[in-house]
Amino acid sequence: MLPLLEVKNVTYTYSAGTPFEHKALQDVSFCLNRGEFVGVIGHTGSGKSTLMQHLNGLLKPNSGDILLDGKSIWADKTSARKARFRVGLVFQYPEYQLFEETVYKDIAFGPKNMGLKDDEIDLRVKKAAEIVGVSDFLEKSPFDLSGGQKRRVAIAGVLAMEPEVLILDEPTAGLDPEGREEILKNIETYRASQNATIVMVSHSMSDIARLTQRILVLDDGRVVYDDTPAKVFDHAEQLLKMGLDIPEVTKVFLKLRQLGLDVPPVYSIDQAVETLNKIRGGDRHA
Amino acid sequence: MLKDITLGQYFPGKSLIHRLDPRTKLIFLVVFIVALFLCSGWVSYCVMLFTLSAAIVLSRVPLKAFFKGLKPLLFILVFTAVLNLFFTAGEKPLFTLGFITVYPEGIIRAVLMLLRIMMLVMATFLLTYTTSPIALTDGLESLLSPLKKIKLPVHELSMMMCIALRFIPTLIEETDKIMSAQKARGADFETGSLIQRVKALVPILIPLFISAFRRADELAIAMESRCYQGGDGRSKMKLLRFKGIDLYVFAFAAVMVAGVCLLKNWGL
Repeated sequence: MLPLLEVKNVTYTYSAGTPFEHKALQDVSFCLNRGEFVGVIGHTGSGKSTLMQHLNGLLKPNSGDILLDGKSIWADKTSARKARFRVGLVFQYPEYQLFEETVYKDIAFGPKNMGLKDDEIDLRVKKAAEIVGVSDFLEKSPFDLSGGQKRRVAIAGVLAMEPEVLILDEPTAGLDPEGREEILKNIETYRASQNATIVMVSHSMSDIARLTQRILVLDDGRVVYDDTPAKVFDHAEQLLKMGLDIPEVTKVFLKLRQLGLDVPPVYSIDQAVETLNKIRGGDRHA
Repeated sequence: MLKDITLGQYFPGKSLIHRLDPRTKLIFLVVFIVALFLCSGWVSYCVMLFTLSAAIVLSRVPLKAFFKGLKPLLFILVFTAVLNLFFTAGEKPLFTLGFITVYPEGIIRAVLMLLRIMMLVMATFLLTYTTSPIALTDGLESLLSPLKKIKLPVHELSMMMCIALRFIPTLIEETDKIMSAQKARGADFETGSLIQRVKALVPILIPLFISAFRRADELAIAMESRCYQGGDGRSKMKLLRFKGIDLYVFAFAAVMVAGVCLLKNWGL
């Protein structure tokens, strides 16, 4: 099956030819399939944000290519802008991009740029607002909302374009636990309703471990691991060496193993409960 | 693209020029500009050009930076040169093209004018390239301090200038980010009529203004929580002090101006 989005040997260098030259991405390749939830982790400066901006054609790779449905998004002058309607990107702190008088108008900005008809725009705005739970303040000014509400309005602004691939750069940064949970739930709802591909950059390993089916690990502009959460967190020691964190439960179980207890590596709470129950059960029999 | 702006850029270094007192550099720049306008003949221009070249070499700032800075002024430079070339009357015309007559004097004048503007701009660049914004505002504050007697808020003005300079790169970065975010929502800044393009700026300008005000607010609170209350009784970590080398520079400035005046008298 043809992957939805394919990144082929992408290399990108900032300020090439100056003393400030910096290789942000080096020969990065991977595929995204329809309906997948992919997590991207890597420490600050590993090239995550640069990579995200390549996926929707905001940055043009120095070499390599990005294929959407098998066709290069750099094929001609207008294809990159068209690709942005199918690959939605939510930046870090997206609430800073709000500018319209009402929440409704702001969410409608994207669909309007797509050239949709008014009734279609209306439909999409209401649907997107519903997904993130801001239907009650469509006529309010976005600047009168709380931080978490603003964030959700900004995300709705991208959802309203109904992208097939939704990329989120740390969507929960700077929110309280309740706000984080809410937004993560909204994202999952969108994925399920549209069979959309989600790519989420996050520093919260437990969120990544819990939600995603696949994890890309970036280090120094290269993809180091591209595998299921279970397999990626198997490399706990290497991840820690890269300056990355691992889920708290994984740490606890790693320590247990160091203390001489024979436990498998674990990366989610459910797994941990299961493993512990097994051990307890085993003890009883013994 | 936006990141290429070099306005107010500082090239850190430890050269002779970097180590001069900022006040010396400011005064010398003013003297240099005055002398530049006193110049009339080839010889005096050569003196000025030699002075500037020596200073640039001493500063160890790459020459490329100076020419890069001149690029935005290309239009003004060409405009001035052309005007002087065509509208300077002399005795013997060199050639005539339709209603335009070019005299040898015109060519000389055009070249000298070009030289004058270029030297003026490059000397100013030399100041900002070799002086950190903090040193520059410190120097300015110190030089303007006599004006405190007539109740001019000198410290506040220089603090404002310092903050403004500090935030230029931050705002440029912010603009870049907002532009990308709106582009991701399908905004189009590159095509369309003039009116459409101006309208396309609204989604950039509103968030930019809001974030600038937010930053200003945060900065004000941060300053107040560190007990900032204006210039009264405020001490400095780095006191400005004239050193021996500054005296030499002043002496050189005096010699330069005297020399240019003498040359002017002799018609050179």
